[in-house]
Amino acid sequence: MKLPSLRDVATEARLLLIGIPVFLWTMIPIYHMFLFAISPKEDAFSGKLWPDHPTLHNFEIVFKQQHYFLRDFYVQFWNSTLIAAAVGVLTLFIATAAAFSISRLKVPGGRIVLNLALFTYFIPAAFLAVPMYRTMGNYGLLNNHWSLILAMVTIASPYAIWVLKQASDKLPVELDEAAVMDGATTLQIFRLVYLPLMMPSLVAIGTYAVLLAWNEYLYAFLLLSNDREITLPVALGNFLAADDSPWELLMTTGFIYALPPAAVYYAFRRYMVGGLTAGAVKS
Amino acid sequence: MAITLSGDQALPGPPLSSRLTPAQVWGIILLAPYLLVFLAFVVYPVCYGLWLARAPANYVALYNDPIFARAAVNTLIFLVIGINIKMLIALFLSGFFAMQRTWIKWLSVIFILPWAVPSIPTILSVRFMLNPEWGMINHYIFALTGDDGPNWLNDPTVALSMAIGVHIWKSLPFWTLILITGRLAISHDLFEAAEVDGASWWQKFRFITWPSMQTLYVTCTLLSMIWTLGDFNSVYLLTGGGPADLTHVLATLGIRYLRLDQLSLAMASIVCAMPFVLPLVYFMMKRLSR
Repeated sequence: MKLPSLRDVATEARLLLIGIPVFLWTMIPIYHMFLFAISPKEDAFSGKLWPDHPTLHNFEIVFKQQHYFLRDFYVQFWNSTLIAAAVGVLTLFIATAAAFSISRLKVPGGRIVLNLALFTYFIPAAFLAVPMYRTMGNYGLLNNHWSLILAMVTIASPYAIWVLKQASDKLPVELDEAAVMDGATTLQIFRLVYLPLMMPSLVAIGTYAVLLAWNEYLYAFLLLSNDREITLPVALGNFLAADDSPWELLMTTGFIYALPPAAVYYAFRRYMVGGLTAGAVKS
Repeated sequence: MAITLSGDQALPGPPLSSRLTPAQVWGIILLAPYLLVFLAFVVYPVCYGLWLARAPANYVALYNDPIFARAAVNTLIFLVIGINIKMLIALFLSGFFAMQRTWIKWLSVIFILPWAVPSIPTILSVRFMLNPEWGMINHYIFALTGDDGPNWLNDPTVALSMAIGVHIWKSLPFWTLILITGRLAISHDLFEAAEVDGASWWQKFRFITWPSMQTLYVTCTLLSMIWTLGDFNSVYLLTGGGPADLTHVLATLGIRYLRLDQLSLAMASIVCAMPFVLPLVYFMMKRLSR
Protein backbone atom coordinates (compact mmCIF):
# COMPACT_ATOMS: atom_id res chain seq x y z
CA MET A 1 0.00 0.00 0.00
CA LYS A 2 1.25 3.42 -0.99
CA LEU A 3 1.39 6.03 1.71
CA PRO A 4 -0.41 9.26 0.75
CA SER A 5 2.03 12.00 -0.12
CA LEU A 6 2.26 15.17 1.89
CA ARG A 7 0.57 17.06 -0.91
CA ASP A 8 -2.44 14.73 -0.90
CA VAL A 9 -2.80 15.17 2.84
CA ALA A 10 -2.65 18.95 2.48
CA THR A 11 -5.34 18.92 -0.24
CA GLU A 12 -7.56 16.68 1.85
CA ALA A 13 -7.09 18.93 4.89
CA ARG A 14 -8.05 21.98 2.88
CA LEU A 15 -11.16 20.22 1.62
CA LEU A 16 -12.07 19.31 5.18
CA LEU A 17 -11.63 22.95 6.12
CA ILE A 18 -14.50 23.69 3.74
CA GLY A 19 -16.48 20.53 4.41
CA ILE A 20 -16.72 20.80 8.19
CA PRO A 21 -18.13 24.37 8.26
CA VAL A 22 -20.57 23.43 5.49
CA PHE A 23 -21.74 20.44 7.54
CA LEU A 24 -22.16 22.50 10.72
CA TRP A 25 -23.91 25.36 8.88
CA THR A 26 -26.38 22.92 7.34
CA MET A 27 -27.06 20.81 10.39
CA ILE A 28 -27.18 23.23 13.34
CA PRO A 29 -30.74 24.57 12.86
CA ILE A 30 -32.01 21.06 12.13
CA TYR A 31 -30.14 19.52 15.06
CA HIS A 32 -31.42 22.30 17.31
CA MET A 33 -34.97 21.41 16.31
CA PHE A 34 -34.32 17.71 16.97
CA LEU A 35 -32.68 18.54 20.31
CA PHE A 36 -35.78 20.40 21.46
CA ALA A 37 -37.98 17.53 20.36
CA ILE A 38 -36.18 15.03 22.61
CA SER A 39 -35.66 17.38 25.59
CA PRO A 40 -37.89 17.91 28.59
CA LYS A 41 -38.76 21.58 29.00
CA GLU A 42 -36.02 22.30 31.61
CA ASP A 43 -33.28 20.75 29.48
CA ALA A 44 -34.42 22.50 26.32
CA PHE A 45 -33.98 25.93 27.87
CA SER A 46 -30.62 25.13 29.48
CA GLY A 47 -28.57 25.38 26.28
CA LYS A 48 -27.02 21.89 26.57
CA LEU A 49 -25.86 20.14 23.41
CA TRP A 50 -27.41 16.87 24.54
CA PRO A 51 -30.21 16.70 27.13
CA ASP A 52 -29.51 15.10 30.55
CA HIS A 53 -32.68 13.11 30.24
CA PRO A 54 -33.55 12.53 26.58
CA THR A 55 -37.18 11.59 26.27
CA LEU A 56 -39.89 10.85 23.75
CA HIS A 57 -42.47 12.42 26.02
CA ASN A 58 -42.94 15.42 23.69
CA PHE A 59 -43.89 13.09 20.86
CA GLU A 60 -46.37 11.37 23.16
CA ILE A 61 -48.01 14.73 23.98
CA VAL A 62 -48.25 15.57 20.29
CA PHE A 63 -49.63 12.20 19.25
CA LYS A 64 -52.16 12.20 22.09
CA GLN A 65 -53.04 15.85 21.39
CA GLN A 66 -52.54 16.65 25.07
CA HIS A 67 -51.97 20.38 24.72
CA TYR A 68 -54.18 23.36 23.92
CA PHE A 69 -52.18 24.17 20.76
CA LEU A 70 -52.27 20.56 19.63
CA ARG A 71 -55.90 19.70 20.11
CA ASP A 72 -56.53 19.41 16.35
CA PHE A 73 -53.17 17.91 15.39
CA TYR A 74 -54.56 14.93 13.45
CA VAL A 75 -57.16 17.02 11.65
CA GLN A 76 -54.48 19.50 10.61
CA PHE A 77 -52.08 16.76 9.54
CA TRP A 78 -54.87 15.29 7.45
CA ASN A 79 -55.67 18.72 5.94
CA SER A 80 -52.04 19.13 4.92
CA THR A 81 -51.96 15.66 3.40
CA LEU A 82 -55.23 16.06 1.54
CA ILE A 83 -54.32 19.48 0.14
CA ALA A 84 -50.84 18.36 -0.93
CA ALA A 85 -52.27 15.29 -2.67
CA ALA A 86 -55.00 17.30 -4.39
CA VAL A 87 -52.48 19.90 -5.60
CA GLY A 88 -50.22 17.12 -6.91
CA VAL A 89 -53.01 15.42 -8.86
CA LEU A 90 -54.56 18.61 -10.25
CA THR A 91 -51.22 20.13 -11.24
CA LEU A 92 -50.17 16.94 -13.00
CA PHE A 93 -53.47 16.77 -14.87
CA ILE A 94 -53.51 20.42 -15.94
CA ALA A 95 -49.82 20.67 -16.78
CA THR A 96 -49.56 17.35 -18.66
CA ALA A 97 -52.59 18.19 -20.78
CA ALA A 98 -51.22 21.66 -21.53
CA ALA A 99 -47.70 20.43 -22.30
CA PHE A 100 -49.04 17.71 -24.63
CA SER A 101 -51.23 20.23 -26.37
CA ILE A 102 -48.47 22.81 -26.83
CA SER A 103 -45.56 20.50 -27.59
CA ARG A 104 -47.09 17.55 -29.47
CA LEU A 105 -50.31 18.92 -30.98
CA LYS A 106 -48.81 22.34 -31.73
CA VAL A 107 -52.10 23.96 -30.86
CA PRO A 108 -52.49 27.47 -32.35
CA GLY A 109 -51.54 30.05 -29.74
CA GLY A 110 -49.65 27.49 -27.67
CA ARG A 111 -46.54 29.62 -27.74
CA ILE A 112 -48.44 32.56 -26.24
CA VAL A 113 -49.91 30.43 -23.47
CA LEU A 114 -46.45 29.09 -22.66
CA ASN A 115 -45.08 32.62 -22.40
CA LEU A 116 -47.97 33.67 -20.17
CA ALA A 117 -47.28 30.69 -17.93
CA LEU A 118 -43.60 31.55 -17.83
CA PHE A 119 -44.50 35.11 -16.90
CA THR A 120 -46.57 33.86 -13.96
CA TYR A 121 -43.66 31.65 -12.93
CA PHE A 122 -41.48 34.74 -12.54
CA ILE A 123 -43.96 36.84 -10.58
CA PRO A 124 -42.93 36.53 -6.90
CA ALA A 125 -45.51 34.40 -5.09
CA ALA A 126 -45.90 36.88 -2.21
CA PHE A 127 -46.91 39.58 -4.68
CA LEU A 128 -49.69 37.46 -6.10
CA ALA A 129 -50.84 36.57 -2.58
CA VAL A 130 -52.45 39.94 -1.89
CA PRO A 131 -54.78 40.05 -4.92
CA MET A 132 -55.31 36.28 -4.64
CA TYR A 133 -56.58 36.67 -1.09
CA ARG A 134 -59.14 39.22 -2.19
CA THR A 135 -60.14 37.18 -5.22
CA MET A 136 -60.79 34.08 -3.12
CA GLY A 137 -63.00 36.26 -0.94
CA ASN A 138 -64.92 37.38 -4.02
CA TYR A 139 -65.34 33.76 -5.11
CA GLY A 140 -66.57 32.91 -1.61
CA LEU A 141 -63.81 30.32 -1.13
CA LEU A 142 -62.03 31.74 1.94
CA ASN A 143 -61.68 29.18 4.74
CA ASN A 144 -62.38 26.47 2.22
CA HIS A 145 -59.67 23.94 1.31
CA TRP A 146 -60.38 24.58 -2.35
CA SER A 147 -59.02 28.12 -2.05
CA LEU A 148 -55.59 26.85 -1.01
CA ILE A 149 -55.67 23.95 -3.48
CA LEU A 150 -56.53 26.23 -6.41
CA ALA A 151 -54.01 28.88 -5.34
CA MET A 152 -51.22 26.31 -5.12
CA VAL A 153 -52.20 24.76 -8.48
CA THR A 154 -51.99 28.26 -9.97
CA ILE A 155 -48.49 28.67 -8.58
CA ALA A 156 -47.24 25.16 -9.37
CA SER A 157 -48.57 24.69 -12.91
CA PRO A 158 -46.52 27.30 -14.82
CA TYR A 159 -43.27 25.64 -13.83
CA ALA A 160 -44.80 22.21 -14.35
CA ILE A 161 -45.91 23.12 -17.88
CA TRP A 162 -42.50 24.58 -18.64
CA VAL A 163 -40.57 21.49 -17.52
CA LEU A 164 -42.99 19.04 -19.12
CA LYS A 165 -43.03 20.98 -22.39
CA GLN A 166 -39.24 20.85 -22.56
CA ALA A 167 -39.26 17.12 -21.80
CA SER A 168 -41.94 16.49 -24.46
CA ASP A 169 -39.97 18.36 -27.08
CA LYS A 170 -37.23 15.77 -26.69
CA LEU A 171 -39.49 12.82 -27.56
CA PRO A 172 -39.04 11.84 -31.22
CA VAL A 173 -41.79 13.01 -33.61
CA GLU A 174 -41.64 9.64 -35.39
CA LEU A 175 -43.42 8.00 -32.45
CA ASP A 176 -46.52 10.13 -32.99
CA GLU A 177 -46.28 9.69 -36.75
CA ALA A 178 -46.10 5.92 -36.43
CA ALA A 179 -49.05 5.90 -34.06
CA VAL A 180 -51.10 8.01 -36.48
CA MET A 181 -50.23 5.58 -39.31
CA ASP A 182 -51.57 2.78 -37.17
CA GLY A 183 -54.78 4.72 -36.83
CA ALA A 184 -54.40 5.87 -33.23
CA THR A 185 -56.60 8.73 -32.14
CA THR A 186 -55.15 11.76 -30.37
CA LEU A 187 -56.30 10.51 -27.00
CA GLN A 188 -54.78 7.09 -27.62
CA ILE A 189 -51.46 8.72 -28.46
CA PHE A 190 -51.71 10.72 -25.25
CA ARG A 191 -52.53 7.72 -23.11
CA LEU A 192 -50.51 4.94 -24.72
CA VAL A 193 -47.48 6.70 -26.19
CA TYR A 194 -47.02 10.02 -24.44
CA LEU A 195 -47.77 9.29 -20.78
CA PRO A 196 -45.55 6.18 -20.44
CA LEU A 197 -42.59 7.96 -22.04
CA MET A 198 -43.03 11.01 -19.84
CA MET A 199 -43.16 9.02 -16.60
CA PRO A 200 -39.84 10.22 -15.10
CA SER A 201 -40.72 13.89 -15.65
CA LEU A 202 -44.23 13.29 -14.32
CA VAL A 203 -42.82 11.80 -11.11
CA ALA A 204 -40.53 14.82 -10.70
CA ILE A 205 -43.33 17.32 -11.30
CA GLY A 206 -45.81 15.48 -9.09
CA THR A 207 -43.27 15.45 -6.27
CA TYR A 208 -42.50 19.12 -6.84
CA ALA A 209 -46.18 20.10 -6.63
CA VAL A 210 -46.84 17.94 -3.55
CA LEU A 211 -43.83 19.38 -1.69
CA LEU A 212 -44.69 22.93 -2.71
CA ALA A 213 -48.20 22.56 -1.30
CA TRP A 214 -47.13 20.73 1.85
CA ASN A 215 -44.47 23.36 2.65
CA GLU A 216 -46.56 26.43 1.84
CA TYR A 217 -47.06 28.83 4.72
CA LEU A 218 -48.02 32.28 3.38
CA TYR A 219 -51.00 31.28 1.27
CA ALA A 220 -52.20 28.78 3.84
CA PHE A 221 -52.24 31.34 6.60
CA LEU A 222 -53.95 33.96 4.47
CA LEU A 223 -56.61 31.73 3.00
CA LEU A 224 -57.47 29.44 5.94
CA SER A 225 -58.10 30.51 9.49
CA ASN A 226 -60.56 28.16 11.17
CA ASP A 227 -58.70 25.83 13.60
CA ARG A 228 -60.10 22.68 12.03
CA GLU A 229 -59.47 23.85 8.44
CA ILE A 230 -55.86 25.05 8.72
CA THR A 231 -52.80 23.07 7.66
CA LEU A 232 -49.91 22.13 9.94
CA PRO A 233 -47.61 25.09 9.12
CA VAL A 234 -50.35 27.55 10.03
CA ALA A 235 -50.89 25.68 13.29
CA LEU A 236 -47.15 25.95 13.97
CA GLY A 237 -47.28 29.69 13.34
CA ASN A 238 -50.19 29.98 15.76
CA PHE A 239 -47.97 28.63 18.56
CA LEU A 240 -46.27 32.02 18.56
CA ALA A 241 -49.48 33.78 19.52
CA ALA A 242 -48.87 32.99 23.20
CA ASP A 243 -46.10 34.63 25.23
CA ASP A 244 -45.16 31.39 26.99
CA SER A 245 -45.20 29.22 23.88
CA PRO A 246 -44.30 25.58 24.56
CA TRP A 247 -41.25 25.66 22.28
CA GLU A 248 -40.33 22.02 22.89
CA LEU A 249 -43.76 20.99 21.59
CA LEU A 250 -43.55 23.46 18.72
CA MET A 251 -40.20 21.96 17.68
CA THR A 252 -41.52 18.41 18.10
CA THR A 253 -44.52 19.12 15.88
CA GLY A 254 -42.24 20.92 13.44
CA PHE A 255 -39.94 17.91 13.35
CA ILE A 256 -42.86 15.58 12.60
CA TYR A 257 -44.07 18.01 9.95
CA ALA A 258 -40.62 18.18 8.30
CA LEU A 259 -40.14 14.40 8.09
CA PRO A 260 -42.55 13.52 5.22
CA PRO A 261 -41.18 16.07 2.73
CA ALA A 262 -37.59 15.09 3.55
CA ALA A 263 -38.48 11.41 3.05
CA VAL A 264 -40.32 12.13 -0.20
CA TYR A 265 -37.43 14.22 -1.44
CA TYR A 266 -34.84 11.53 -0.77
CA ALA A 267 -37.08 8.79 -2.18
CA PHE A 268 -37.48 10.67 -5.48
CA ARG A 269 -34.12 12.41 -5.51
CA ARG A 270 -33.06 10.62 -8.68
CA TYR A 271 -35.98 12.15 -10.58
CA MET A 272 -35.98 15.49 -8.79
CA VAL A 273 -32.41 16.55 -9.38
CA GLY A 274 -32.40 15.75 -13.10
CA GLY A 275 -35.94 16.86 -13.84
CA LEU A 276 -36.01 20.06 -11.86
CA THR A 277 -32.59 21.53 -12.36
CA ALA A 278 -32.83 20.90 -16.09
CA GLY A 279 -35.99 22.94 -16.30
CA ALA A 280 -35.22 25.66 -13.81
CA VAL A 281 -32.43 27.24 -15.75
CA LYS A 282 -31.67 26.49 -19.35
CA SER A 283 -28.02 27.19 -19.89
CA MET B 1 -45.31 17.96 -36.71
CA ALA B 2 -47.07 15.29 -38.70
CA ILE B 3 -50.38 15.24 -36.88
CA THR B 4 -51.11 18.86 -37.52
CA LEU B 5 -49.56 19.11 -40.96
CA SER B 6 -52.62 19.08 -43.15
CA GLY B 7 -51.78 22.23 -45.03
CA ASP B 8 -55.07 23.84 -44.13
CA GLN B 9 -53.83 26.84 -42.17
CA ALA B 10 -53.19 28.88 -45.28
CA LEU B 11 -56.74 28.71 -46.63
CA PRO B 12 -58.79 31.73 -45.61
CA GLY B 13 -62.53 31.75 -45.72
CA PRO B 14 -64.16 28.63 -44.28
CA PRO B 15 -65.48 28.80 -40.67
CA LEU B 16 -63.07 28.09 -37.84
CA SER B 17 -64.44 24.66 -36.96
CA SER B 18 -63.81 23.26 -40.41
CA ARG B 19 -60.28 24.68 -40.52
CA LEU B 20 -59.16 22.83 -37.41
CA THR B 21 -57.97 19.27 -37.55
CA PRO B 22 -59.26 16.90 -34.85
CA ALA B 23 -55.81 17.05 -33.27
CA GLN B 24 -56.06 20.80 -32.97
CA VAL B 25 -59.52 20.57 -31.44
CA TRP B 26 -58.08 18.19 -28.85
CA GLY B 27 -55.21 20.60 -28.37
CA ILE B 28 -57.61 23.37 -27.45
CA ILE B 29 -59.60 21.09 -25.14
CA LEU B 30 -56.45 19.95 -23.34
CA LEU B 31 -55.18 23.49 -22.99
CA ALA B 32 -58.49 24.72 -21.58
CA PRO B 33 -57.99 23.64 -17.93
CA TYR B 34 -54.83 25.70 -17.61
CA LEU B 35 -56.37 28.66 -19.40
CA LEU B 36 -59.31 28.58 -16.99
CA VAL B 37 -56.99 28.51 -13.97
CA PHE B 38 -54.93 31.30 -15.50
CA LEU B 39 -57.94 33.51 -16.19
CA ALA B 40 -59.61 32.91 -12.82
CA PHE B 41 -56.56 33.04 -10.54
CA VAL B 42 -53.99 35.16 -12.35
CA VAL B 43 -55.67 37.54 -14.81
CA TYR B 44 -58.68 38.41 -12.69
CA PRO B 45 -56.76 38.94 -9.41
CA VAL B 46 -54.06 41.02 -11.11
CA CYS B 47 -56.58 43.24 -12.93
CA TYR B 48 -58.71 43.58 -9.82
CA GLY B 49 -55.63 44.44 -7.75
CA LEU B 50 -54.47 47.06 -10.25
CA TRP B 51 -57.95 48.54 -10.23
CA LEU B 52 -57.85 48.75 -6.43
CA ALA B 53 -54.49 50.49 -6.55
CA ARG B 54 -55.56 53.04 -9.18
CA ALA B 55 -56.09 56.08 -6.90
CA PRO B 56 -53.07 58.42 -6.75
CA ALA B 57 -53.88 59.03 -3.07
CA ASN B 58 -52.51 55.53 -2.32
CA TYR B 59 -49.10 56.46 -3.65
CA VAL B 60 -49.08 59.69 -1.67
CA ALA B 61 -49.91 57.69 1.45
CA LEU B 62 -47.09 55.23 0.67
CA TYR B 63 -44.67 58.07 0.06
CA ASN B 64 -45.52 59.51 3.45
CA ASP B 65 -45.24 56.16 5.24
CA PRO B 66 -41.72 55.83 6.70
CA ILE B 67 -42.20 52.07 6.97
CA PHE B 68 -42.59 51.84 3.20
CA ALA B 69 -39.35 53.73 2.53
CA ARG B 70 -37.55 51.54 5.06
CA ALA B 71 -38.98 48.37 3.51
CA ALA B 72 -37.87 49.49 0.05
CA VAL B 73 -34.32 50.06 1.30
CA ASN B 74 -34.33 46.74 3.17
CA THR B 75 -35.51 44.93 0.04
CA LEU B 76 -32.71 46.51 -1.96
CA ILE B 77 -30.12 45.46 0.66
CA PHE B 78 -31.60 41.97 0.72
CA LEU B 79 -31.36 41.65 -3.06
CA VAL B 80 -28.12 43.42 -3.87
CA ILE B 81 -26.00 42.27 -0.93
CA GLY B 82 -27.76 39.08 0.18
CA ILE B 83 -28.21 37.48 -3.22
CA ASN B 84 -24.72 38.30 -4.44
CA ILE B 85 -23.15 36.83 -1.31
CA LYS B 86 -25.33 33.75 -1.72
CA MET B 87 -24.44 33.25 -5.37
CA LEU B 88 -20.73 33.73 -4.74
CA ILE B 89 -20.83 31.08 -2.00
CA ALA B 90 -22.85 28.84 -4.32
CA LEU B 91 -20.28 29.28 -7.08
CA PHE B 92 -17.48 28.45 -4.66
CA LEU B 93 -19.27 25.43 -3.19
CA SER B 94 -20.21 24.11 -6.63
CA GLY B 95 -16.49 23.68 -7.21
CA PHE B 96 -16.12 21.93 -3.87
CA PHE B 97 -19.01 19.54 -4.47
CA ALA B 98 -17.81 18.74 -7.99
CA MET B 99 -14.74 17.02 -6.44
CA GLN B 100 -14.66 13.26 -6.78
CA ARG B 101 -14.61 12.06 -3.15
CA THR B 102 -16.91 9.64 -1.42
CA TRP B 103 -17.27 11.79 1.67
CA ILE B 104 -18.10 14.84 -0.42
CA LYS B 105 -20.83 12.83 -2.16
CA TRP B 106 -22.32 12.05 1.26
CA LEU B 107 -21.96 15.63 2.39
CA SER B 108 -23.84 16.80 -0.70
CA VAL B 109 -26.74 14.52 0.27
CA ILE B 110 -26.90 16.18 3.70
CA PHE B 111 -26.26 19.63 2.26
CA ILE B 112 -29.58 19.53 0.38
CA LEU B 113 -31.62 19.14 3.61
CA PRO B 114 -32.40 22.87 4.19
CA TRP B 115 -33.99 22.98 0.76
CA ALA B 116 -35.89 19.71 1.23
CA VAL B 117 -37.48 20.49 4.60
CA PRO B 118 -40.20 23.12 5.07
CA SER B 119 -39.12 26.61 6.16
CA ILE B 120 -41.33 27.17 9.15
CA PRO B 121 -39.88 24.72 11.71
CA THR B 122 -36.27 25.44 10.75
CA ILE B 123 -36.65 29.23 10.75
CA LEU B 124 -38.42 29.08 14.12
CA SER B 125 -35.57 26.88 15.35
CA VAL B 126 -33.08 29.61 14.38
CA ARG B 127 -35.34 32.18 15.98
CA PHE B 128 -35.16 30.40 19.29
CA MET B 129 -31.39 29.97 19.02
CA LEU B 130 -31.16 33.77 18.78
CA ASN B 131 -33.39 34.33 21.80
CA PRO B 132 -31.37 36.66 24.07
CA GLU B 133 -32.29 34.93 27.36
CA TRP B 134 -32.87 31.28 26.53
CA GLY B 135 -31.20 30.84 23.16
CA MET B 136 -28.26 28.53 22.68
CA ILE B 137 -26.01 31.15 21.09
CA ASN B 138 -26.15 33.60 23.98
CA HIS B 139 -25.83 30.69 26.40
CA TYR B 140 -22.44 29.86 24.90
CA ILE B 141 -21.39 33.49 24.63
CA PHE B 142 -22.05 33.77 28.36
CA ALA B 143 -20.27 30.49 29.12
CA LEU B 144 -17.18 31.52 27.15
CA THR B 145 -16.85 35.22 27.90
CA GLY B 146 -18.95 35.80 31.01
CA ASP B 147 -20.77 38.60 29.22
CA ASP B 148 -24.38 38.67 28.10
CA GLY B 149 -24.68 38.22 24.35
CA PRO B 150 -26.41 40.79 22.15
CA ASN B 151 -30.18 41.00 21.87
CA TRP B 152 -29.95 39.70 18.31
CA LEU B 153 -33.36 40.38 16.87
CA ASN B 154 -33.83 43.69 18.67
CA ASP B 155 -31.36 45.58 16.50
CA PRO B 156 -32.74 46.26 13.01
CA THR B 157 -29.40 45.87 11.22
CA VAL B 158 -28.52 42.61 12.97
CA ALA B 159 -32.08 41.32 12.60
CA LEU B 160 -32.09 42.00 8.86
CA SER B 161 -28.66 40.36 8.49
CA MET B 162 -30.01 37.32 10.32
CA ALA B 163 -33.01 37.21 7.98
CA ILE B 164 -30.62 37.30 5.02
CA GLY B 165 -28.64 34.51 6.70
CA VAL B 166 -31.76 32.40 7.04
CA HIS B 167 -32.61 33.03 3.41
CA ILE B 168 -29.12 31.94 2.37
CA TRP B 169 -29.35 28.85 4.58
CA LYS B 170 -32.61 27.86 2.93
CA SER B 171 -31.86 28.48 -0.75
CA LEU B 172 -28.10 27.99 -1.03
CA PRO B 173 -28.41 24.22 -1.73
CA PHE B 174 -30.72 24.77 -4.70
CA TRP B 175 -28.46 27.27 -6.45
CA THR B 176 -25.35 25.25 -5.64
CA LEU B 177 -27.02 22.23 -7.24
CA ILE B 178 -27.74 24.19 -10.41
CA LEU B 179 -24.21 25.57 -10.60
CA ILE B 180 -22.82 22.05 -10.07
CA THR B 181 -24.70 20.84 -13.16
CA GLY B 182 -23.22 23.81 -15.02
CA ARG B 183 -19.72 22.94 -13.88
CA LEU B 184 -20.05 19.24 -14.71
CA ALA B 185 -21.06 20.17 -18.24
CA ILE B 186 -17.62 21.67 -18.93
CA SER B 187 -15.44 19.32 -20.94
CA HIS B 188 -12.83 17.64 -18.78
CA ASP B 189 -10.25 17.78 -21.56
CA LEU B 190 -9.91 21.53 -21.09
CA PHE B 191 -8.80 21.07 -17.51
CA GLU B 192 -6.39 18.29 -18.43
CA ALA B 193 -4.84 20.45 -21.12
CA ALA B 194 -4.51 23.31 -18.65
CA GLU B 195 -2.94 20.91 -16.14
CA VAL B 196 -0.33 19.90 -18.70
CA ASP B 197 0.42 23.57 -19.38
CA GLY B 198 0.93 24.09 -15.66
CA ALA B 199 -2.01 26.43 -15.13
CA SER B 200 -2.67 27.53 -11.56
CA TRP B 201 -5.94 27.01 -9.75
CA TRP B 202 -6.92 30.62 -10.36
CA GLN B 203 -5.99 30.51 -14.04
CA LYS B 204 -8.13 27.43 -14.55
CA PHE B 205 -11.07 29.19 -12.97
CA ARG B 206 -10.45 32.45 -14.77
CA PHE B 207 -9.96 31.04 -18.27
CA ILE B 208 -11.99 27.82 -18.30
CA THR B 209 -14.64 27.66 -15.59
CA TRP B 210 -15.83 31.25 -15.54
CA PRO B 211 -16.19 31.79 -19.31
CA SER B 212 -18.30 28.61 -19.59
CA MET B 213 -20.43 29.44 -16.58
CA GLN B 214 -20.90 33.19 -16.63
CA THR B 215 -24.19 33.17 -18.55
CA LEU B 216 -25.63 30.54 -16.22
CA TYR B 217 -24.34 32.44 -13.21
CA VAL B 218 -25.92 35.74 -14.28
CA THR B 219 -29.21 34.01 -15.12
CA CYS B 220 -29.25 32.34 -11.70
CA THR B 221 -28.49 35.62 -9.94
CA LEU B 222 -31.29 37.49 -11.69
CA LEU B 223 -33.76 34.64 -11.18
CA SER B 224 -32.85 34.43 -7.53
CA MET B 225 -33.34 38.19 -7.17
CA ILE B 226 -36.84 38.04 -8.67
CA TRP B 227 -37.84 35.15 -6.44
CA THR B 228 -36.31 36.65 -3.34
CA LEU B 229 -38.64 39.62 -3.76
CA GLY B 230 -41.33 37.11 -2.85
CA ASP B 231 -39.46 35.65 0.12
CA PHE B 232 -41.98 36.25 2.84
CA ASN B 233 -40.94 33.49 5.25
CA SER B 234 -37.33 34.45 6.01
CA VAL B 235 -38.30 37.85 7.35
CA TYR B 236 -41.78 37.21 8.68
CA LEU B 237 -40.98 34.06 10.64
CA LEU B 238 -37.69 35.33 12.05
CA THR B 239 -38.35 38.98 12.92
CA GLY B 240 -42.03 39.47 12.08
CA GLY B 241 -40.93 42.80 10.56
CA GLY B 242 -39.82 44.00 13.98
CA PRO B 243 -38.36 45.65 15.93
CA ALA B 244 -40.73 48.58 15.39
CA ASP B 245 -41.46 47.53 11.77
CA LEU B 246 -37.88 48.33 10.78
CA THR B 247 -37.00 45.04 9.08
CA HIS B 248 -39.92 44.72 6.67
CA VAL B 249 -39.28 43.90 3.04
CA LEU B 250 -41.83 44.49 0.28
CA ALA B 251 -43.20 40.96 0.56
CA THR B 252 -43.98 41.25 4.27
CA LEU B 253 -45.10 44.88 3.98
CA GLY B 254 -47.83 43.96 1.49
CA ILE B 255 -49.14 41.35 3.92
CA ARG B 256 -48.86 43.85 6.80
CA TYR B 257 -51.11 46.32 4.95
CA LEU B 258 -53.45 43.47 4.13
CA ARG B 259 -53.75 42.55 7.81
CA LEU B 260 -54.42 46.22 8.64
CA ASP B 261 -57.25 46.04 6.09
CA GLN B 262 -55.51 48.52 3.77
CA LEU B 263 -55.78 46.42 0.65
CA SER B 264 -55.32 49.32 -1.76
CA LEU B 265 -52.07 50.28 -0.02
CA ALA B 266 -50.91 46.66 -0.19
CA MET B 267 -51.54 46.62 -3.93
CA ALA B 268 -49.96 50.05 -4.41
CA SER B 269 -46.76 48.91 -2.67
CA ILE B 270 -46.58 45.96 -5.08
CA VAL B 271 -47.24 48.22 -8.06
CA CYS B 272 -44.29 50.38 -6.93
CA ALA B 273 -42.01 47.31 -7.22
CA MET B 274 -43.14 46.60 -10.79
CA PRO B 275 -40.76 49.04 -12.57
CA PHE B 276 -37.93 46.94 -11.11
CA VAL B 277 -39.52 43.51 -11.47
CA LEU B 278 -40.87 43.74 -15.01
CA PRO B 279 -37.55 44.46 -16.77
CA LEU B 280 -35.98 41.54 -14.91
CA VAL B 281 -38.89 39.27 -15.83
CA TYR B 282 -38.74 40.44 -19.44
CA PHE B 283 -35.02 39.71 -19.58
CA MET B 284 -35.48 36.26 -18.01
CA MET B 285 -38.27 35.38 -20.43
CA LYS B 286 -36.12 36.33 -23.40
CA ARG B 287 -33.30 34.17 -22.00
CA LEU B 288 -35.42 31.14 -21.25
CA SER B 289 -37.92 31.03 -24.09
CA ARG B 290 -35.35 31.07 -26.85
